[in-house]
Formats: sequence, C-alpha cells, structure tokens
Amino acid sequence: MTRPADGKPREVIDAPHPLLSTAAEPVDPTAPEVVAAAADLLATLRHEPSTTGLAAPQIGLSWRLIAFDAGRHPRSRSCTGELVVANPRLATAARWNHLREGCVSVPGLTADVRRATRITVHGHLPGTGEPVTIEADAVEARCIQHQLDHLDGLLFLDRVVGALSLHRSHHTCDA
Amino acid sequence: MGLSAVTVLGVDRPGVIAAVTGSLADCGANIQDSTMTLLGGHVAMMLLVSGEVDAAELSKRLCAPDLVVTASAIEARRHFCDDGGGLGYVLTVHGPDRPGIISAISAVLAADGGNITGMSTRLTGRLYVLIADVELPKEVDVAALMRRLAAVGAGLDSEITFRPVEPDLL
Repeated sequence: MTRPADGKPREVIDAPHPLLSTAAEPVDPTAPEVVAAAADLLATLRHEPSTTGLAAPQIGLSWRLIAFDAGRHPRSRSCTGELVVANPRLATAARWNHLREGCVSVPGLTADVRRATRITVHGHLPGTGEPVTIEADAVEARCIQHQLDHLDGLLFLDRVVGALSLHRSHHTCDA
Repeated sequence: MGLSAVTVLGVDRPGVIAAVTGSLADCGANIQDSTMTLLGGHVAMMLLVSGEVDAAELSKRLCAPDLVVTASAIEARRHFCDDGGGLGYVLTVHGPDRPGIISAISAVLAADGGNITGMSTRLTGRLYVLIADVELPKEVDVAALMRRLAAVGAGLDSEITFRPVEPDLL
C-alpha cells in the first residue's frame, strides 16, 4: 500500500477540459516523477473530502494513476483503504446495477450509471512497482470503475442510462 | 372520452404538483403519460389527460395566479404500448456551452430518420450536457451515423457517445 507523506494537493480541473476527454498514458510506477505524482494525487484526494477517488487527469496529469479510499463513504462494503494504483486494469466485472453518481470534475450534476458491483483490478504500486490485485464490491467497485473511465477519457456522463437520468445535484426553491 | 395535452409552468414551490393533480382529480380527469422537471427554478410539467372535461374547462379549473397553464385537445397518434419498431440508443454530448449544439446534433439524427424520444440538457459552469433517447429505423447504418455525429461533435469541441439502450428484462 502506498502512503506517500510529502505530496501536495493540486487543483482539480473541471469539465470541459481536454485532459478529461483524453486517454491517459501508461506510466513506469518506479519513476521518481510518477511516485511524486502519486503522492500529489493522494494529497489531493485527502484535500477533497466530498469524493472517494481521483484519477491523475483530474489534477492535470495524463497518466494512468488512480487514488481511492472507499472508507470515506458511508455505504461502502469492501474497503481496501487509501490506495494509489499505477496502470490499473479491470480484469473481471460482474453483478451490474444502476446507481446515481457524481464527479468532483463535473460539479452540479449527477446521473444514473450502470456499473459492475463486483470487480477485480490489477495494477502496480507506485514506488516499488509491486503488482497489486484489488477485489472490490459495492461503492469501492463503482468508485474504481469511475476512476478507470477517467483514464480512458470518459466521464460518467458518457454512461448515463437515459435522458431522464441526468440530474442537478441541488435545486433551489423560491418558496 | 377526450384527450388533452396540458402544460404547466410556474415558480417552483412545494405543493405545485399536488395542486395541479388535485384539480385534475376533482374534475374527473385521468392523467396518462406525464413528465415534470425543474428548469432554472421553474417547475415545468406536461401531462396527457383523458376524461369528459374538455380542454377549455381544464384550463379554467387549473388556473392559478402563479401558474401558466395551457390545455389543448389532441388525438392519440400512437397506442401507449406500441413498439415503435426501431432500435433504442442513448446519446451523450458534453462540451463547452455555445449556441447551436442541439440543432447541429439533432439535424444529423433527423437526416437518418432518427427520432429523439426524450431529451435533457443541463448547463453547469461552462459545461453543457445533452442526453437524448434516440430511436433509429432498423435499416440505419449506425457506424456511419456515429462517424457523422463524431465529426459534428468535433466541430463543436464536444465529446459524443452513442450507445445502444441496455434494458434489463427480468
């Protein structure tokens, strides 16, 4: 598990931004600049209490790095803990359902998105380059798939299940 | 039994739907299909209503100081349970806000006989999002249509995804 202590929070970019629509590049998980980026990604995640995960493109880096911590979510089941993974890839996905989700890079909107509730993801730990396998379900599985989409230049908006499945996060009421 | 199309527009407040539907129930009107959403703090509602009350009477019964109500007699064009025979797709467009996005995209679909059966658009910050339910005739070359959509999307600096509906038939 990677817990870099010296990362610095970076600004999270909002859509529309070209980096959020671009497939990210694989990285060498042992490269010093990748280790530093992983530390920054984790520091940014810690700085964003409203989200359970981030992907490197969201902090302006077109690299295949994700960070997540499902323990922050009240309805999480599996919880790997705070983790940064380099070059993550989805190996298995099963038991699909629809749930409403949002994204810190798309403030103000949520949508119903179909995702697997049980997944297996392989990747490497930044720093050592050690292979890692994550078995996740429920919120953690959804969070990881959301971050994997960012690495492929996709937003949750690209998976909305229908016209009536797009929602504003908050409505104001004049009365 | 007549069929009327009713539209209701007003400032959003708790109780608007209860008031409108209560008035409809009081005059014996039966709500069939309906949809409602909030647009910039305004409630917007459209209903297909059947019953013995004609459109003019419905307008009168639904009249309220803070609501704009219209009612028009219409004829059903399609049975509610009819299968249109087309193929269902969901279209997503997102990118920087600019005039003409909907018209450009919908023109591409229309050129192939595509029918938009539902649509939501939202503006949040600089981001404009369009989600549409689309029904395509079975003979449409979907790959070619997707290429045309992608080209139009690129011209609008927008990302486009176009994917088949995935119904869960249980």
